[in-house]
Amino acid sequence: MYHSPRRFGVPLALSLAPLSGGILAAVVMRKPRHVHRNEDAPERALREQETDAHRIVGRTVTIARPRDEVYARWRDFPRFPDFMENVSLVEPLDERRSRWRVEGPSGTPIEFTSAIIRDEPGKLIAWASEEDAAVANSGQVTFRDAPGGRGTEVDLEIAYDPPGGSVGAMVAKMFQREPNIQARRDLKRFKQLMETGEIATSRMRPAVEQLKS
Amino acid sequence: MRALTWHGKKDVRVETVEDPAIVNPRDVILKITSTAICGSDLHLYDGMIPSMQAGDILGHEFMGEVVETGKSVTGLRKGERVVVPFVIACGACYHCSRLQYSACDNSNPPDKADISETLYGHQMSGLFGYSHMTGGYAGGQAEYVRVPFADVGPIAVPDDLEDDEVLFLSDILPTGWMAAENCEIEEGDTVAVWGCGPVGLFAIQSALMMGAARVIAIDHYPRRLELAAGLGAQTIDYTTASVLEALLEMTGGIGPDAVIDAVGMESHGFFVDNVYDRAKQALMLETDRPHVLREALMACRKGGRVSIPGVYGGLIDKFPLGALMQKGLTVKTGQTHVQRYLPLLLEMIREKRIDTTFLISHRLPLESAAEGYRMFAEQQNETTKVILKPGWEQVQ
Ligand SMILES: NC(=O)c1ccc[n+]([C@@H]2O[C@H](COP(=O)([O-])OP(=O)(O)OC[C@H]3O[C@@H](n4cnc5c(N)ncnc54)[C@H](O)[C@@H]3O)[C@@H](O)[C@H]2O)c1
Ligand SMILES: [Zn+2]
Ligand SMILES: [Zn+2]
Repeated sequence: MYHSPRRFGVPLALSLAPLSGGILAAVVMRKPRHVHRNEDAPERALREQETDAHRIVGRTVTIARPRDEVYARWRDFPRFPDFMENVSLVEPLDERRSRWRVEGPSGTPIEFTSAIIRDEPGKLIAWASEEDAAVANSGQVTFRDAPGGRGTEVDLEIAYDPPGGSVGAMVAKMFQREPNIQARRDLKRFKQLMETGEIATSRMRPAVEQLKS
Repeated sequence: MRALTWHGKKDVRVETVEDPAIVNPRDVILKITSTAICGSDLHLYDGMIPSMQAGDILGHEFMGEVVETGKSVTGLRKGERVVVPFVIACGACYHCSRLQYSACDNSNPPDKADISETLYGHQMSGLFGYSHMTGGYAGGQAEYVRVPFADVGPIAVPDDLEDDEVLFLSDILPTGWMAAENCEIEEGDTVAVWGCGPVGLFAIQSALMMGAARVIAIDHYPRRLELAAGLGAQTIDYTTASVLEALLEMTGGIGPDAVIDAVGMESHGFFVDNVYDRAKQALMLETDRPHVLREALMACRKGGRVSIPGVYGGLIDKFPLGALMQKGLTVKTGQTHVQRYLPLLLEMIREKRIDTTFLISHRLPLESAAEGYRMFAEQQNETTKVILKPGWEQVQ
C-alpha cells in the first residue's frame, strides 16, 4: 500500500544525467506543448510523456501567502537548506551562479555549480547546472495567483533520466528517495515554512544537531 | 516519564519512555492531569488502523498544565490549565481559514503524510496518538506531551470547572455536537442514532438541544441504552427488534429525517452482512465492517441527511449506493473540526447547559491504563467511559 523503499533517488532539482549534459534545461527548453492536443493537463500528468529520454516530475501546491513574498523566499537560494532535506549548502558565486552541496546517506557530499537561466520576478525561476556537473539540474518553479484570494499556486518541475547503468548505480548509493517523492516533500516543507513559520515534526525531542546549536 | 504504549493487537503497556521537549517554536509541553480512552482507541487496540509502530504512545483526549512554552507561542502561559483538541491544526492554511481544522494541510509531517495520500488521495492532518498515517505524534495517555501549534488548539479553562467537566472538549463532546449539526435539524425532525457509546450519547444530547422533536437510539447494551433514555431518547435494542421495521413504524412510515452512524468500522452483531464482512476482513479483502452504515442508509427517509462521525479507515463492500442516490440523501462526515466548537461548548458547560460527567464509569490511575483498555473493549455494558489520572497512585 505504502510506496516501497526505493534504492535510488535525487534531491529536489537535482538529477543524474550523462556527463554530456543531455537533460540540461530539459524542462525549460523543451518545445511548447498543446500544439496538436486538446489538453490542459501538465505534461507530468500525461500517460505518455512527449520527451522519451527524460522523465518530468513535479508538484503544485497552494501557499496562502502573496505571490511576491513566496517568489522572494524561493529566490533566496542560500536558505534552501531550511526546507530541502538533502541540500546542506548553497553559496552564491555571482548574480546568476551558485555553488551547491548535497548530502547523501553514504556520507560523501556532491558539489556542483548551478546557474539561473530564466528569472522573472514574481513569476518564474528556471535553473540548470553547469556543463561540468556530474549531477545535472534542470528545473523550474512558477508562481501564479490562486483563485479566490487563496494565495499563490507554486508549480515545480524537474527533468531527470531514470537511473540505470553504472553511473546510475553509483548515484543510487548516494541518494535515498525517488525524485518525485523528494520534490513533493521538499515543496511541502516550503509551504509549511511559508504558512506556519516551522516544519511539522512528530519528534518528541529536538534532533542532536539542534541541541548543539 | 510513564506512558501507555501500543505493541500490537490487544497489547498495550504502561512503560517508561523519554520525556518530551520543545522542538518547534510554536510547541508547548503539557503536564497531563486527565486523559481518556476513546472508542477510536479501540480501533487501534483491535489492530484495525494501518501504520502503527510498536512503542507508539496512544491517547488523543487529554488536558493538563502548561509547563514549557516555545519561543513563538503567544496566548498561553506557564501554569495555565488547558484542554487540547485531538486534531492538530496550523491555523494558517486554506482549510484552517475555512475552519476545517481536521483538513489542515500543514500539521502532518512531510515524511509521514504520503501514506494518507496513497489511501485517500490527499494528505490528512496530524492527530495525537493515532498512527503514523496521521503524523505519528505521541499521544496524551502519559505524564507529559508535546503539543505542536499550541497557539491554535488548546483552550484555557477556568479554575472553577473540574477536569471531568471539561476534558471531553478534547474530542467526544464536539464530535457529538458536529454529528448533530451535520444533521441540519429542522422542526419536527426525528433523528436516529446508531451506537450509544460516548459519541452517540453526546450526539443524542446535542440533537435534542438543537431542536429535534425526537431522537431514537440504537444499541444492544442495556446500560448504554439506559443512559440514552436518561437523556430523553427513545430506544431500540437491535438484538430484540428489527431496526429497519421499528424505525419505519415509529416514524409513521416516513423514516428518520436524519441518521447518525456513531459506531464506525467495527459493527457488532450477528447479521448476514456483518458475518460476510468478518469473513472478508479475515481474508484481508475488506478493511471495515460497515453493517451500521448500510442499515442507516436504508432507514433514512427520502431526501434525508446522513451524518457519519463513526470512523472508517479503508474500503467497504456492498455499499447501498443505489439507496443513497435514489433517495437523494445528503452525507456529511469527517474527523471533528474540534477547534471550531470549543468557545461555544465551554460556555455551555459553564452555564450548566451541558452535563459531560453522566457517562463516566471509571477513573483509574495511568498505571492501570492497560486494564482500562481491556474493560472498555470487553465489558462495554458497564464500562461507558474511562478516565486515566497520571498523578494517582491507586483507584480513588
Ligand atoms: N469523527 C470523529 O472525529 C470521531 C471522534 C471520536 C470518535 N469517533 C468514532 O465514533 C465511534 C464511536 O465512538 P465511541 O467512543 O462512542 O465508541 P464505543 O465503542 O464506546 O461505542 C460504540 C457503540 O456502538 C454500539 N454498536 C456496535 N454495533 C452496533 C450495531 N450494529 N447497531 C447499533 N449499535 C452498535 C456498541 O455496542 C457501542 O455501544 C467510533 O468509530 C469512534 O472511532 C469519531
Ligand atoms: Zn477520541
Ligand atoms: Zn492548517
